[in-house]
Amino acid sequence: MSKNQMTPDVQKDSSQLKQKQMIAEHYTRLAKAPDTGEKNAYTFVPGNLTELLRSFDLLPVLPEINALQSSMRGKSREYIAIAEKLGHSEDVCTYVKCDLGMMKSGNVGPTGERLPDPDLLLLSYTGCFTFMKWFEILREEYDAPVAMLHVPYQGDGVITDSMRKYVVDQLKTKVIPVMEKVSGKSYDEDRLKEMLTRSAKAEDDLVAVLESGKNTPSPIDAYFGGVYYIGPIFTAFRGTQDAVDYYEALRSEIDERVRLGKGPVTPEGEMKEEKYRIVVEGPPNWTSFRKFWKMFSDEGAVVVTSSYTKVGGVYDNGFRHDPDRPLESLAEYCMGCYTNLTLPSRVDMLAKYVEDYNADGLLINSIKSCNSFSAGQLMILREVEKRTGKPGGFIESDLVDPRYFSAANIKNRLESWFQMIQQRRDG
Amino acid sequence: MSTDLQTLLQEAEELAFDIDSSYVKAWKEKTGGLAIGYLPIYVPRELLHAQGCLPVGVLGAGDNLEIIRGDAYYQSYICHLPRSVIELGLTGRLDCMDGMLFPAICDVIRNLSGMWKMMAPEKLSRYLDVPQNFDPETGGLFYRHELEELSADLVKLGARPLTDEALRASIEVYNRHRVAVQSLYRLRQDEPWKVPSSELYLILRAGVILPVEEHLEMMASYEAAVRADTTRKPMDQARVLLTGSFCEQPPLGLIKTLERSGCYIVDDDLIQVHRWILSSIPTEGDPLDNLVQAFLSDTIDSPTRYIDDGVKGAELVQRVKDSRAEGLLFCAPSFCDPALLDQPMAVTAVEKAGIPWTSFLFSENTGQFQVIREQAGTFADSIKLWS
Repeated sequence: MSKNQMTPDVQKDSSQLKQKQMIAEHYTRLAKAPDTGEKNAYTFVPGNLTELLRSFDLLPVLPEINALQSSMRGKSREYIAIAEKLGHSEDVCTYVKCDLGMMKSGNVGPTGERLPDPDLLLLSYTGCFTFMKWFEILREEYDAPVAMLHVPYQGDGVITDSMRKYVVDQLKTKVIPVMEKVSGKSYDEDRLKEMLTRSAKAEDDLVAVLESGKNTPSPIDAYFGGVYYIGPIFTAFRGTQDAVDYYEALRSEIDERVRLGKGPVTPEGEMKEEKYRIVVEGPPNWTSFRKFWKMFSDEGAVVVTSSYTKVGGVYDNGFRHDPDRPLESLAEYCMGCYTNLTLPSRVDMLAKYVEDYNADGLLINSIKSCNSFSAGQLMILREVEKRTGKPGGFIESDLVDPRYFSAANIKNRLESWFQMIQQRRDG
Repeated sequence: MSTDLQTLLQEAEELAFDIDSSYVKAWKEKTGGLAIGYLPIYVPRELLHAQGCLPVGVLGAGDNLEIIRGDAYYQSYICHLPRSVIELGLTGRLDCMDGMLFPAICDVIRNLSGMWKMMAPEKLSRYLDVPQNFDPETGGLFYRHELEELSADLVKLGARPLTDEALRASIEVYNRHRVAVQSLYRLRQDEPWKVPSSELYLILRAGVILPVEEHLEMMASYEAAVRADTTRKPMDQARVLLTGSFCEQPPLGLIKTLERSGCYIVDDDLIQVHRWILSSIPTEGDPLDNLVQAFLSDTIDSPTRYIDDGVKGAELVQRVKDSRAEGLLFCAPSFCDPALLDQPMAVTAVEKAGIPWTSFLFSENTGQFQVIREQAGTFADSIKLWS
């Protein structure tokens, strides 16, 4: 039986088609960049400076996204093996190894076209120590300048004036001068402000979409579906008119689902009965993304909100990019990303999610590759359970290493957890 | 402080593995001062000292404590150090610490800072963020502010306020400490048979517990004793540099195993807090600025530190040359992101320089050394036979 025969036709909304078109155009521009002369910058999702890059007409390339796309195309096993043969440890982040393996295999992107070499490595060191090592590794491979932005951690759960000044000073003295040099253009604050205005508009719509999960039934799955919703704003499109249009269309579609009382769309079609409402902490597994999603949808489990959809920016706390304070606002954005929050802040946020979204409990998908997320998650689980009185679930997998996805194990654990929730309901 | 070598080493070992914090409790009772624990790698101990606090290195329990509750806090793929720190905390062994500092070296230690806040909400628990931008006007200002905040936190706990005079005096005494540590390292490089690394390790590890003044005495006594010991004769061992063990520490048995397998360790990354700042810090001018400037521009090239315009692996190659090592042992803890992500880049530089190397992993509670002994022994033999 072919894969197409096994999988029902996927429902595509106009927003999905729009996103697909945006991504295709972006990758085509990147592929043609060596001919057109357009410059690019490799950078990361958390703490990305997309508006600033685009104000210099630099196209963002996100190695994390390339890694997860490689994984969804079934290429990550091969790429990781290449990196490990080169001496990279089995113990470390598989995004790094997948990216390195992809580069060594010709740097072919998700559309099947070769990605350009970086003109700039913008190391936004936000919420993840591995980012720093990742770009040190890439720096050895490419002849490209590096702009390092060190984003301080919210160790005490607050952003101080000193932290903000530190980031803004780096933007002014390190990052912007390198961007000017690479792009051959001067810093244009008015242009940046225009982009930040568009960012804030798209962020309003994104928050409305993500908070629609508070409805019963939830019209969205805020984890598996959520990764598509965050795609444009977390990657290359924040600050663009395309992003504004996308989020406007998406919000309108979700509003309509709420009006009609519809549940989320899953790979198997529309979910008819919402049996469990859950909050998920941690990134998804990408190697078996659909199989993983199906384990939830088969049980009638809907993820009503998740922390992963905050990894490229926390907006549901009211933060918006502010055109009146462009660099300060970018600094606050970077410092506010989810993995840059201290554990007590993460516990507060997740416990509040369980209450605000009327969820049955918190599930943690603990990722082997990602210490930034994973170190301390067992304590997070206990604290959230204690505060909410709702049972917690815990599963383990990896980002892009298929060796660390044990379907039977995860399914067993999920089924047991759902049974526990049901038993509590039944008294 | 004893001058007899065996008694001295016994004292050092008791301090090094004082998992019940007996010494710290006694010190507090005697002085009424505050004890501030810190995780690897580096904190500016001069500042704590100047405010009358005892800086106490919390390097984990090694293989001296069975981890029961700590394992319930971490998945199998997280390194071992934080489990034993949690175990020490949950069993009350760190209750005598008035505060804990968690330097910015990796995501695991970073997140542990938040866990500690939840575990001990009544105590000071501070993430010590350090700049990866080394411009004095940018990273320097940020770091100075971090130190000022730390100092203010200590005052809130009851420490005396920081004064320039006290800080200068503390910098002075730690400068002497740096010189003394360097002297021992030089002696080991010149005559490694006189300074076995298993002994030096104990002496240095005792130094994260003892007040600096007492540790200076201990080092002086040790150096005098080994210099005077004529029974220690050179053996036909391979000179190696041990790298990668800058945070979680290998068990003492592993260091002994390497020596027994035919290696003289002539340089290492162990207990790096003593050697993080390379030279003496000036005492004239603003002492806090001097402390900041030393951090920005006069430290070792750690994998936890962005190398900016530097060349990856260049410092390691230079250390091999300076210590006249014949080979390199990459000896990192399992699941240590900084060490393991750095290693392939370091290997590239090391191979380019024609330096023989081998690598293995450990945990602080590793108990079986046979495989490592065979590997290190074969490596040492290959150096002696063919290099």
